[in-house]
Amino acid sequence: MYDKDSLREKAAKAAHKKAAIGPDIDLDEFQRSPVEHEYLDDERLLKISEEEKRQFLMAGVDVSKKERMGTYLQMDTSVVHCDTKQEGIEVIPIKTALEKYDWVQDYYWKLASADQDKYTASAALDLHNGYVIRALPGVKTVYPIQACLYIGKEGLQQNVHNIIIAEEDSELHIITGCSTSPHLKKGIHVGISEFFIKKNAKISFTMIHNWAEDMMVRPRSVAQVEENGLFLNNYICMKPVRSLQMYPTTHLVGDNAVARLYSIIVGSPESEYDVGGRVFLKKPGNKAEIVARTISNGGRIISRGHLIGEVPDIKAHLECKGLILKGGLIYAVPELEGHADGVEMSHEAAVGKIAQEEIFYLMSRGMDEEEATSTIVRGFLNVDIPGLPPQLKAEVDKAIELSDKDVM
Amino acid sequence: MLLIEDLQVELAGNIILKHIDLEIKPGETHVLFGPNGSGKTSLLMTIMGYPQYRITNGRIVFKGVDITEKPINERARLGVGMSYQRPPTINGLKTRQMVQFCSSREIDVDELARRVNFNNLLDRDVNSGFSGGEIKRSELLQLMAQDADLLLFDEPESGVDMENISLVGNTIATLLQKDCEAIQNKSRLQQKRERTKMGLIITHTGYILDYIPVDKGQVLYEGVLSCSTNPREILQCISDFGYEECVRCTIKTH
Ligand SMILES: Nc1ncnc2c1ncn2[C@@H]1O[C@H](COP(=O)(O)OP(=O)(O)OP(=O)(O)O)[C@@H](O)[C@H]1O
Ligand SMILES: [Mg+2]
Repeated sequence: MYDKDSLREKAAKAAHKKAAIGPDIDLDEFQRSPVEHEYLDDERLLKISEEEKRQFLMAGVDVSKKERMGTYLQMDTSVVHCDTKQEGIEVIPIKTALEKYDWVQDYYWKLASADQDKYTASAALDLHNGYVIRALPGVKTVYPIQACLYIGKEGLQQNVHNIIIAEEDSELHIITGCSTSPHLKKGIHVGISEFFIKKNAKISFTMIHNWAEDMMVRPRSVAQVEENGLFLNNYICMKPVRSLQMYPTTHLVGDNAVARLYSIIVGSPESEYDVGGRVFLKKPGNKAEIVARTISNGGRIISRGHLIGEVPDIKAHLECKGLILKGGLIYAVPELEGHADGVEMSHEAAVGKIAQEEIFYLMSRGMDEEEATSTIVRGFLNVDIPGLPPQLKAEVDKAIELSDKDVM
Repeated sequence: MLLIEDLQVELAGNIILKHIDLEIKPGETHVLFGPNGSGKTSLLMTIMGYPQYRITNGRIVFKGVDITEKPINERARLGVGMSYQRPPTINGLKTRQMVQFCSSREIDVDELARRVNFNNLLDRDVNSGFSGGEIKRSELLQLMAQDADLLLFDEPESGVDMENISLVGNTIATLLQKDCEAIQNKSRLQQKRERTKMGLIITHTGYILDYIPVDKGQVLYEGVLSCSTNPREILQCISDFGYEECVRCTIKTH
């Protein structure tokens, strides 16, 4: 149970605390006052402009809600749609949840700390909204739940807090996107996410970022995986952004818990991405894998990965592969930390260009140079994600394909 | 027809092919022998159009078009196809997609794959972790989809086991329109006349000769095409006297 006053006090102290990594942002340049939007029922949701539909779609959200078990849509600071189709799956705006349900208090700011930096502090002090998604014990989603956080208001700082809970033996698939109006110039998104994967539960969380050129983005997420749990986290960002910095942390706290983190980043010119992940392996039988594929088309990408093996009998692998296509920078920072005998940890990092030999090989089958190059690039981005249902894999492929047209 | 005239090729500053003259008429298949490092693969790569093989003299004409300066993909579109000795891995590209890309029309990839016993490998990345023999069958599968007119085979039977060798041999024969059983109610002579596919096959062992009737054998030695005669005779000569002697003796008798 959290205490409102002590949380505010703790956050207030960190209101000006710079983040450990990433360029510092002056939050006073942004407005945090609420921006109201009307709630859209199913019918009105279908009537939004084609442009908005496309923006949603690029972030993995289908407004027709076909093949989706639940939906959460937030525009600026307001919830515009929220529902669920499946018994045992809850999708609730976090503000409502905090008012109505005691159990939410046990999860709010439980893993992430409000005083980590000025961004977490701001989200604690000035929360707009966010979602709580929970699968009750034993409940498994057939189709994913979709969530989208959209920014349309110029100069807004959007503060979001999400809590995702998979109770024992449950299975939850979430596809979530962040997107902005194509006309947006300036804005910042601060998103806190806390994941609780309980005994024998499984969460696949696929996040697609679709920002505008001048956006600042500071997600802060922490996951905790209990015995035999599986956390599968996919992150895709193929669009420009002014500055994106995130370093999600996963704690494997139960025996045989597993975490797999995959990210695909295509860096556009004048964009800066500082992304990575960290996994603590704390119990025997834990497994973790961090796989990153980055392409620089002139952007700056820092790709981090940190695996910490605290006990024997754990297995962890880190793979950072980067391609520099049109200038820019890729800085791969793989870190391994073994604290006990019998840990099995490895990493593989490579930054380079497309091998000529591969281009020629495809050309000898009739492709021209450009086709050959984009085929190889698409292959490079096509990582096999074990455990990801084909439905979600198709979403990932679709997101890549949609962005592909703009990027390459 | 493929016509190569007085070809000289440099690789990384060294002359690796000298005064190559070669003519393959429609319907003909030649085999190419030669010791390791003699330039056989280089000759095929040069015909295919790999730019690191710099042509410093001579020309290559295919179907009446001078392709000496043409990029690889244009040669492929004209009908040159190659089965590689050591093709690169393409990560993330499934063999199934690759085979489809090879063809200009919609094809039944599974059906084609069945013919070279490749179905359970179609969903693997191209050449990723393929065994020696699997690479050969993957290359053949791609050529089957490509439907080229001049087929270059770089050691198609190396590393292939005794059982698969007949599969590989017969597939090549089909690709080169040399399988006699396939087309019934036509005389052999008629078949031969209607044959248009051209082949150039590199082999060390000559096992492939058991499956494909070949028109001519050639020996490449130190970058020079030294003789052309019946392939079985060449093979016998090489095994009896070695390449060097073989090249010398046949030059004398010519
Ligand atoms: N990138 C390179 N740089 C320098 N020399 C090379 C390069 N590639 C090949 N060569 C040399 O060119 C010569 C011809 O090689 P090639 O591969 O054509 O031989 P080959 O007749 O196919 O041999 P094998 O029977 O072993 O396949 C060899 O001496 C080889 O070492
Ligand atoms: Mg060779």
